[in-house]
Amino acid sequence: MNPTFNRAALAVGVTLALMLMLVAGTAHASSIDETVNQIFADATGWFVALIFSSFPGTNFPWIVGWLVIAASVFTLYFAFIQFRAVGHAVALVRGDYSDPENAGEVSHFQALATALSGTVGLGNIAGVAVAVGIGGPGATFWMILAGLLGMASKFTECTLGVKYRNEYPDGRVSGGPMYYLTKGFAERGLPAGKVLAVMFSVFCILGALGGGNMFQANQAHQQIAGVFGDFPGWITGLVFAAIVFAVIVGGIKSIARVTEKVVPFMGIVYVGAALVIIILHYDKIGWAFGQIFEGAFTGLGVAGGMVGALIQGFRRAAFSNEAGVGSAAIAHSAVRTNEPITEGLVSLLEPFIDTVVVCTMTALVIIITGQLIANPDTGLYLLNEAGTAIQTVGGNSGVGLTSAAFASAFDWFPYILALAVVLFAFSTMISWSYYGLKAWTYLFGEGDTKELVFKVIFCVFVVIGAAANLGPVIDFSDAAIFAMAVVNIIGLYFLMPVVKKELHSYMSRLKSGEIKKFT
Amino acid sequence: MSNLYVVAYDGSPASHRALDFAVDCAERAGAELLIAHVLAWSPYSFLTPEEVEERHTRRTEELERAKTAVMDPIVENLAAKGVTPRTVIRYGHVAEVLNDIAAKEGASQLFVGRTGHTGMTARLFGAVTISLAQAASVPCTIVP
Repeated sequence: MNPTFNRAALAVGVTLALMLMLVAGTAHASSIDETVNQIFADATGWFVALIFSSFPGTNFPWIVGWLVIAASVFTLYFAFIQFRAVGHAVALVRGDYSDPENAGEVSHFQALATALSGTVGLGNIAGVAVAVGIGGPGATFWMILAGLLGMASKFTECTLGVKYRNEYPDGRVSGGPMYYLTKGFAERGLPAGKVLAVMFSVFCILGALGGGNMFQANQAHQQIAGVFGDFPGWITGLVFAAIVFAVIVGGIKSIARVTEKVVPFMGIVYVGAALVIIILHYDKIGWAFGQIFEGAFTGLGVAGGMVGALIQGFRRAAFSNEAGVGSAAIAHSAVRTNEPITEGLVSLLEPFIDTVVVCTMTALVIIITGQLIANPDTGLYLLNEAGTAIQTVGGNSGVGLTSAAFASAFDWFPYILALAVVLFAFSTMISWSYYGLKAWTYLFGEGDTKELVFKVIFCVFVVIGAAANLGPVIDFSDAAIFAMAVVNIIGLYFLMPVVKKELHSYMSRLKSGEIKKFT
Repeated sequence: MSNLYVVAYDGSPASHRALDFAVDCAERAGAELLIAHVLAWSPYSFLTPEEVEERHTRRTEELERAKTAVMDPIVENLAAKGVTPRTVIRYGHVAEVLNDIAAKEGASQLFVGRTGHTGMTARLFGAVTISLAQAASVPCTIVP
């Protein structure tokens, strides 16, 4: 019998058995969802607490400082590369510097689009709503700032991703932080590269299961339930798991291909609708930006004040554009180029598109449509009973808040948004299943059975993610993705001189005319 | 201007007719023959991460297949008749690349076969012949 078929059948069996155990073990409980949620929250609580612990004597999580300091260091070290080189980056994406002889290879545009389809997604729709819902309009300001700074982090990691990738005899390439941590550290005579690479891989697998999977499944379920009425999350989870399974295990590429083609279109529809809503409320645009700037420095009554707004903005920006996390380095490293710097330059457009453009749109729509309830006398936002988030019209949070904001202008938009969320969630899952798999094969080696084990685990987590509550899922997702950033950024600090050397060499050759335009 | 005829060839019956006609014309005019095979490719299409990783391998395979399955048989076939054409395999937008090859090689004429699709199908899938008829930089013969 066909061995592929056998393996697939085995995988289906294992997956179903795991699902049945999950269901049977909780049959006595009032609801499967509650049990999954409780077990999950208990199991991951310590990890979340560690990553989000504050600097002593403050309520400022050290991890947020870690990301922002890194992005600022790279910005200064490369002398504001994100502003200096943006024109050249656009020319690269347009293909002005691509040799027509290399047509048929992955273009810069394709590498950027593939990496973007992994980052543009729920972070931009649901994540922003979480940021604005808790941190108020001021969170938007910090989100934009984090996006602009993050461009330098992305540039650094993607250049390294290409420079130190592995090329195999059959023409495939594998790259990412685990490779530059190993090869780059060895080349510079630094110790512990291998240890960092292993740590990164472990966190990358957790991040793939968390933010790249559970958070997506969770928010997709919330959105579907919002449109069709409430039903248990594990049902959505099973359906999603089956489709993801068909793509990543069954190799049914047509599903993935359709998604990859529809996702950019949905992105354009989303931004277009946001623009229309903003224009419809043109009289409030000035007021909304006023709220964003005022909130950024005073908090306007949100929990934690200015620091609360700042933390939410930075946190959701990092989660959305993944700058410094290392995932983009995996996505970009497969492009065919002799100049690693070009891929770094192209990748710095990602946080700009993802955070500065798309996230800001979402935030503006939520603010401008008046979803957040303020005290008309003081102008300060009113908090919910627990004092943790701003009161919203209809008590919405997460993707529900974004949906309500768009619905206030177009009552049919929640249906489009539900479809967009499902597709974004799906494409992000496919991307992250790939990132997770790369980390997995780095740890355990390549091989069909080994890869299958990861893919089955990935599908099981789709179900858990859809069944659990948003709180524990979002905490774990953030924690896992930020843990990747801890290791990755240590590596970036040690390897940034390599990038600087590459950059100088490239820029001087560009100036001297050695690197020419083809069109 | 050199006396060079470029003929578009993809192994289809239409391209066979174009090639036969071009060979005939080239013989009479004493022109050199360049057979061009263009693999349709857009640098703006969307790929999954896995497709990105495998792209270089696939491209190598596609070029190999284009050479062995499309070009080699026809070159052998023509050699038996005493015709020795040059060949070129490229990726890209078919009409644009054909036009580009003709311009760069300094061709005096371009030959393409037409598949016979008209109306909607041709509009949707972008007929190469229509594009060339509109944009070719050298005289272009469309062979029915």
